[in-house]
Amino acid sequence: MSNSAVQTESHESHGPELLHHFVSAEQQRNTVSLAMWLFLATEVMFFGGMFCAYLIYRTWYYAEFAAGSRSLNIWLGTVNTVVLIGSSLTVALGVRAAQMGKRKLLVVLLLLTLVLGLTFLGVKAIEWHDKYVEHHIPGASFSVADLVREYPQLHIDQRHAQIFFSLYFAMTGMHALHMVIGVGLFLYLTYHAWKGTYGPKYYTPIELGGLYWHFVDIIWIYLFPLLYLIDRKPLK
Amino acid sequence: MATAAVSAERENYLNKEYGIRSWLLTTDHKRIALLYLVSITFFFFIGGFMALLIRLELLTPAGDLVLADTYNKLFTMHGQIMVFFFLIPSIPATLGNFLIPMMIGAKDLALPRINLLSWYLYIAGGALMLYAMVEGGVDTGWTFYTPLSTAFSNTHVVEAGLAIFIAGFSSILTGLNFVVTVHRMRAPGLTWSRLPLFVWAHYATSVIQLLGTPVIAITLVLVVLERTLHLGIFDPNLGGDPLLFQHLFWFYSHPAVYIMILPAMGVVSEVLACFSRKRIFGYGAVALSSIGIAVIGFIVWAHHMFVAGISLYSALVFSILTYLVGVPSAIKVFNWTATLYKGSISFATPMLYALGFIGLFTIGGLTGLFLASLGLDVHVTDTYFVIAHFHYIMVGGAVMGYMAGLHFWWPKITGRMYPEWWGRLAALIVFIGFNLTFFPQFILGYMGMPRRYWQYPPEFQILNVMSTAGSTILAVGYLLPMVYFMWSLRYGKVVGDNPWGAAGLEWKTSSPPPTFNFDETPEVTWEAYNYDQIPVPKEAWLEQ
Repeated sequence: MSNSAVQTESHESHGPELLHHFVSAEQQRNTVSLAMWLFLATEVMFFGGMFCAYLIYRTWYYAEFAAGSRSLNIWLGTVNTVVLIGSSLTVALGVRAAQMGKRKLLVVLLLLTLVLGLTFLGVKAIEWHDKYVEHHIPGASFSVADLVREYPQLHIDQRHAQIFFSLYFAMTGMHALHMVIGVGLFLYLTYHAWKGTYGPKYYTPIELGGLYWHFVDIIWIYLFPLLYLIDRKPLK
Repeated sequence: MATAAVSAERENYLNKEYGIRSWLLTTDHKRIALLYLVSITFFFFIGGFMALLIRLELLTPAGDLVLADTYNKLFTMHGQIMVFFFLIPSIPATLGNFLIPMMIGAKDLALPRINLLSWYLYIAGGALMLYAMVEGGVDTGWTFYTPLSTAFSNTHVVEAGLAIFIAGFSSILTGLNFVVTVHRMRAPGLTWSRLPLFVWAHYATSVIQLLGTPVIAITLVLVVLERTLHLGIFDPNLGGDPLLFQHLFWFYSHPAVYIMILPAMGVVSEVLACFSRKRIFGYGAVALSSIGIAVIGFIVWAHHMFVAGISLYSALVFSILTYLVGVPSAIKVFNWTATLYKGSISFATPMLYALGFIGLFTIGGLTGLFLASLGLDVHVTDTYFVIAHFHYIMVGGAVMGYMAGLHFWWPKITGRMYPEWWGRLAALIVFIGFNLTFFPQFILGYMGMPRRYWQYPPEFQILNVMSTAGSTILAVGYLLPMVYFMWSLRYGKVVGDNPWGAAGLEWKTSSPPPTFNFDETPEVTWEAYNYDQIPVPKEAWLEQ
């Protein structure tokens, strides 16, 4: 942080990507990177409220949570998990491409990330639609009569099952909202990558976008087992 | 004064550019601070007006001024506006925004555009809150307790909830900006142990904003989803738990009290040192006690729920932890008092407010310990004792600190001095009005008058009349500074860079400061509060 430079309002002394109030590109990079990590900490607390509710209700209403979990499509969930992890890989490779100044490769990787992200959202939409058809969406027409019939040995209370699905939609919905924001973010990054804004000297936005994307990915890594894999043992 | 001519010509953040665009699109932390100052003052007077209506209704035992439903809405929106749209942003978003970069020798906050974004989010949330208000208001109490807020209230809970959700992000972004700025933007030589206590206090505040606010954000989202999409996470009909809502709500809203009070403590540390002409006693203890308050403040929330049906054992633990949070607060009070000892004290307006803060905060804090004890809390829960307690903290503490800071840094912000005589008079009026308003409420609460009722038994009337009379005096005390601050913008005496002879980097640049704060990045070679090295200025406003 040492600095004795006289303040200047022009970009004469540095490149266009360095903001006036920073001393060096390194200070700017360290600063915005810390800001992103702190932002992700707030995101952890944001999702933490729902994870807390999940923990309590899963303990109280385990049978209904197990039955609700069985009703989720494990194959689509697994595919989506693989898709998201794959997108994190393309993001990580993208950061590397930006650092090495490979513009075309960066654009391709960012586009791939976008395709994978949109695939995830598409699969999620199919799953939600299935839930709609099955009347598993909380509200006036909610019914888990099908689960009561299918798992008589679990003695399901319909009301408690509604709490499971409330949490399911709140958590996956909030996650999907973050995905949508991520897609918007990556459209912006792709455009700028295509214009050649990023290179070995300036790739912070790619890095920060990547951090956000990985975070949203990690949330799903937790959501998948917590929602889909509660209890998949064959019932006697 | 010789400096008058110089500072009139000198380019500063105010005269560099003119026009509405130069304000609405500014990324200068000083201009954004002023945008915040105007906005929160607007909300302060709206919330204050509601408080006056509440007090007017309580002048007589009968419910005769407003309908019962209207009364519910008045105290609800008074609380929501004052907490989320005035107290939370008050000192951080105005004085913190203005001063932190200058105190650490930086040109701006680390993220200037995010800073502007936070103001726009605040305005968006505030607009939505006003919309909820004119559409018919909210009647759930500021706490949004379920199932009242989710299943029974037919008022504008969704709009108010979303308004606070949006304003919450403004608060998060301010806190994030401060933490990053303090870590990354300090001038050479400005080590952590040389930081002004104002900065330490804001650092602790920002950590709470960062970790607490997202929790109330998701909680309000879940309430909104329960009202709109019928997700049943807190719905007791489904086996959902309203207590879970209370836990999540207070997980933020108790630490939020420290978001309000810690910055005021920071102001008081600066003001006391300056007007005692001494280094603050126990600098390290005062600095670390801010962090201590922030940490312990996160683990006391369930003391709001002692009668809500939580287990006795957890209530015991939360009771003990609540006593613990009194320790760092007491450390501050004792160190401030020790600072005064053998100090060369002058009773300028900021000092009057700061001394008022110490007294009123001590009363508010000690009555907080009463409430932390399980047996007494059962007796006074939801009575005016609680109301009096938290108003001593939030008004007697936070607002007094805010006023102290506003007067102290007004010459730095505007380059002009407010009229000192009027300032002292207003400080006195605020102190008298405040105590007359809220001290009777301790007695009312102890006698059993419950909060949130528009009527009361006739034997409570005398104390209520005293309280209402006090509130009108308090209103005069708040209107006076509003008038003379405006007056001083044009007619106030032009001052030099350091009219108080205060320590701190912000006083080493001109008043008002240039856009990038310093002509050259300062290099700090001295400890904070080196008052033994600063001569006392011979100024009229420092004479007794």
